[in-house]
Amino acid sequence: MKPPPFRYAAPRSVAEALALLAEYGPEAKVLAGGQSLVPLLNMRLVRPEVIVDINPIGRLAYIRRRGDRLLVGALTRQRDVEASALVARAVPLLAEAIRLVGHPQIRNRGTVGGSIAHADPAAELPAVLAALDGEVVVVGPAGTRVIGWEHFFTGYLTTAVGPDELVTEVRFPLPPPRSGSAFLEVARRHGDFALVGVAALVQREDGRIAAARLAFTGVGPGPLRAPEAEAFLAGREPTPEVLAEAGRLAAAPLEPPDDIHATSTYRKEVAAVLVRRALAAAWDRAAARRRAGRRPRDADG
Amino acid sequence: MATRWFGERVPRNEDARLLTGRGLFLDDIRRPGMVHAAFWRSPLAHARIRRIDVEAARTSPGVLAVFTAADLPAAIRGPLPRLIPHPALVHHKTQVALAGEKVRHVGEPVVMVVAQTRYLAEDALERVTVELEPLPPVVDLEAAVRPDAPLVHEDAGTNVAAHYTQRVGDVEAAFARAAHVFRERFVFDRGASSPMETRGVLAEWDAAARQLTVWDTTQAPIRIRDFLSRLFALPLHHIRVVAPDIGGGFGPKIMMCYPEEVLVPHAAMVLGRPVKWVEDRREHFTATNHERLQVHDAEIAVDGEGRILGVRTVFLHDAGAYCAYGLIVPIVASCTLPGPYRIPNYHAEFRAVFTTKTQTSPYRGAGRPHGVFVMERLIERVARELGLDRAEVRRRNFIQPHEFPYDVGLIYQDNARLVYDSGNYPEVLERALRAIDYDGWPARRAAYRRAGRVVGLGLACYVEGGGIGPYEGCRITVEPSGKVFVATSVGTQGQGHYTAFAQIVADALGVRPEDVTVTTGDSGAFGWGTGTFASRAAVVAGNAVALAAQAVREKTLQVAATLLEARADDLELRDGRVQVRGVPGRAVPLGEVAVAANPLRGTIPASWEGPGLEATRYFAPPRGTFAAGCHAAEVEVDVETGMVRFLRYVVVHDCGRVINPLILEGQIRGGIAQGIGNAFYERLVYDEEGQLLTQTFMDYLLPTVAEVPRIEIEHLETPSPLNPLGVKGAGEAGTIPVPALLASALDDALQAWGVRITEMPLSPTRLRELIAAGAGRTPAGVGA
Repeated sequence: MKPPPFRYAAPRSVAEALALLAEYGPEAKVLAGGQSLVPLLNMRLVRPEVIVDINPIGRLAYIRRRGDRLLVGALTRQRDVEASALVARAVPLLAEAIRLVGHPQIRNRGTVGGSIAHADPAAELPAVLAALDGEVVVVGPAGTRVIGWEHFFTGYLTTAVGPDELVTEVRFPLPPPRSGSAFLEVARRHGDFALVGVAALVQREDGRIAAARLAFTGVGPGPLRAPEAEAFLAGREPTPEVLAEAGRLAAAPLEPPDDIHATSTYRKEVAAVLVRRALAAAWDRAAARRRAGRRPRDADG
Repeated sequence: MATRWFGERVPRNEDARLLTGRGLFLDDIRRPGMVHAAFWRSPLAHARIRRIDVEAARTSPGVLAVFTAADLPAAIRGPLPRLIPHPALVHHKTQVALAGEKVRHVGEPVVMVVAQTRYLAEDALERVTVELEPLPPVVDLEAAVRPDAPLVHEDAGTNVAAHYTQRVGDVEAAFARAAHVFRERFVFDRGASSPMETRGVLAEWDAAARQLTVWDTTQAPIRIRDFLSRLFALPLHHIRVVAPDIGGGFGPKIMMCYPEEVLVPHAAMVLGRPVKWVEDRREHFTATNHERLQVHDAEIAVDGEGRILGVRTVFLHDAGAYCAYGLIVPIVASCTLPGPYRIPNYHAEFRAVFTTKTQTSPYRGAGRPHGVFVMERLIERVARELGLDRAEVRRRNFIQPHEFPYDVGLIYQDNARLVYDSGNYPEVLERALRAIDYDGWPARRAAYRRAGRVVGLGLACYVEGGGIGPYEGCRITVEPSGKVFVATSVGTQGQGHYTAFAQIVADALGVRPEDVTVTTGDSGAFGWGTGTFASRAAVVAGNAVALAAQAVREKTLQVAATLLEARADDLELRDGRVQVRGVPGRAVPLGEVAVAANPLRGTIPASWEGPGLEATRYFAPPRGTFAAGCHAAEVEVDVETGMVRFLRYVVVHDCGRVINPLILEGQIRGGIAQGIGNAFYERLVYDEEGQLLTQTFMDYLLPTVAEVPRIEIEHLETPSPLNPLGVKGAGEAGTIPVPALLASALDDALQAWGVRITEMPLSPTRLRELIAAGAGRTPAGVGA
């Protein structure tokens, strides 16, 4: 388990990194936290000609709020997101989900941009991005592109990022007012990739669900929204029957993978269960936020 | 004050060193001029080797040598040694160091490359070309025994390596007259012990001195040395095998020999350079032995009151591609099954079966978890079918305290009769029931149900055979510094020998445990021994230590008597000194006694039997010791997701006299963690082509601290009459009953769904399937 020979480059700026990517194209691999790339290298499953280590590019690590968005620099460690008071206030869904990414040791190295760019079909952060209708900022020789999540994730472990482009920022829209969120997953062990995971966002309006968003991980080639269930929920009271029906509607179109850790049937059944539970939790949190008298503007700090 | 260290919670002597990164594990050892080996391993489960082309590899950068079977001298080209033969083992097949004609499992080594670095060696492996002609894989155990099955070893003419039956009483008559007979099929799937440190070998050859030094992560350094001595035709004293600090053994490191243990020393001797090979994790999954897969068709015959009249099990044991270690695992499974119960009529019959998978050999539990799972499942089936309380059915069938020694009527793995030395099984159960508050369970269960929670209480009893012979030895020396040096060849893989042995010595010689330096697993320090396995080190080596310490004590008193001009029996050893009893002023430090025992002039009396405060003793027990225990737990099930969680876990354990409760509890906790893995997380999955799909820790799931509950432990001490210390083995105790325990708890929790657990390991998916299959029977108001 030693990697094949490769060249190593450690650019100090995005421009330098892009120059290397332009030179090597698909033969280059970007190293951020290395939590996925290094095992793939050691198992000789990837054989890049050059590793472009972007870790020295310090200005790619930040968490800041701009308007109704939380901007997270691609090189921001997952652990920093977890520890951020701003994240906890502004995007509680992200704060909740990030704790399910591996273990503290992994989150100390792993980056937000790396998780998004690697696009593991069972990763948590892509589903958070999908639930929030987030965007990814990518720079390349032609300039900067801001790509909506639905165009960013293009398939199993693949994204819209070109071989000469670099992910520089992930943008998480703040949840709407009077909303609550929840991220639930079932994994074989704490810290594993999810067998099924669901991000739920519920907006309240006088005892009814004004709008709901649901995003799955682990049940498709990338994160998946549940448009039928979301449409069904709009304007309804969150009775147990309604939540259960939303679970059924959300799970019905899924064609989850079958593997040694869980069958497709299992994932589909549990997806429905998690939707029900996540909606209930998100609803309760929306209520709690309101009861606490915290208007969204206050919460944003 | 004379402290007694035996039985005390003495913190481990080795911990400061190990916890601060000052351990010396195999990969920490670096020798001048050292080079690195890597192996080309079969990617196919079963294939004929048509051609091996290593020319490109030989010219790859940094390569010193490339070895194929054809490059090996005759002595190491043939099959590796057969361990532990058995009359029933008619096809005792072992692998060759490098496959030249045929490969029989994924991961079998075919080519060894030695290069300047491991990186360059692995680069060179990519230039090796091996043409393989695929043969049909033999994966499924039941398919493997069909007459038309493809053969793993053509010359055997069958995939059945052994067919062996042990019988007690008249089983047919017992079943014929029974009020009830219950049958069940039980499946226990493959697992791996997954030590934190994989295997590794470093060999260095001093051609001038003709001295071979081998550092090896083995559990049996003496036996490795003895084998290498025969193989390389070197005197024993020209070979030193050292087992350094080892990050977990758990059984598979007792194999003698793995191919690399022969090939790496060979390469070192050919090249005249130290050669190191450290197994990587992916290699470990296919190149280090597995265990566990057995399929039992079992039945139990009882009278109307649930008293056992007879038990019968007919099972298949997965040997894998070879069976170097013999029939130990299926024999231990057969012999552990009866457990603490009186079973007057018993039939245990197995076939050990070749498959095109990694070979199997003992792994912590070594058949015991299988036997306990089958027996405990049968007992609970009886309780359920007869409407009796689970604890009461066990009570009715226990061997009673006055019945020891109790002859089970079988022949155990040490070829001795299976005779339990001592025990108090009813008391173990009763204490476990009190600890888990069994009487309060109906009320707690009702409360859980009202809260919509699905929780079950599980019980599992077991007997753990351990402490078998043939022997271990020890040499103890009081050094001129007054410190004590203990040498035994029994290796240590984390069991706390540096402390437990030191406590025994400290009591005999009146010193503190930290004044006792123990060296283990170095053939250069002590040249005789068997190895660390079968929960035997504390029993067999521990008693050798006690005997040697006693002899040194007597010698010390004898020498000191002259120095102090007192009678030996008026002297006492305390605080590192010998003193006249009651006269603290008349004393001499141990170090001075040691110096006096090795004088520069004069003579030494014949009664000293040689110079120095030193003695060597051996302990050879007639047969094994038998510990026992009961685990009880409350387990919650999320019936919608199939996830399980231990709410409480209690252990009552009896391994005779306890040397150090701290170490013992660590053993039990670690064992339970491993057992939880066996029960719910760890499964080696082979596809129908014989490919191992679980070759990383992302797919082979070890429980982490988040999956292991807090464990409450109580000890009962029923001494063994078979050894001076009264101790029994405890190394495997934690692991053995966990699958049976989880099954018991899940049956209880999921009664309303009609779930009956008959297989291990489980998974959320499998539990959901079982729950869904019984969902029709769910009464209203129960469950989530």
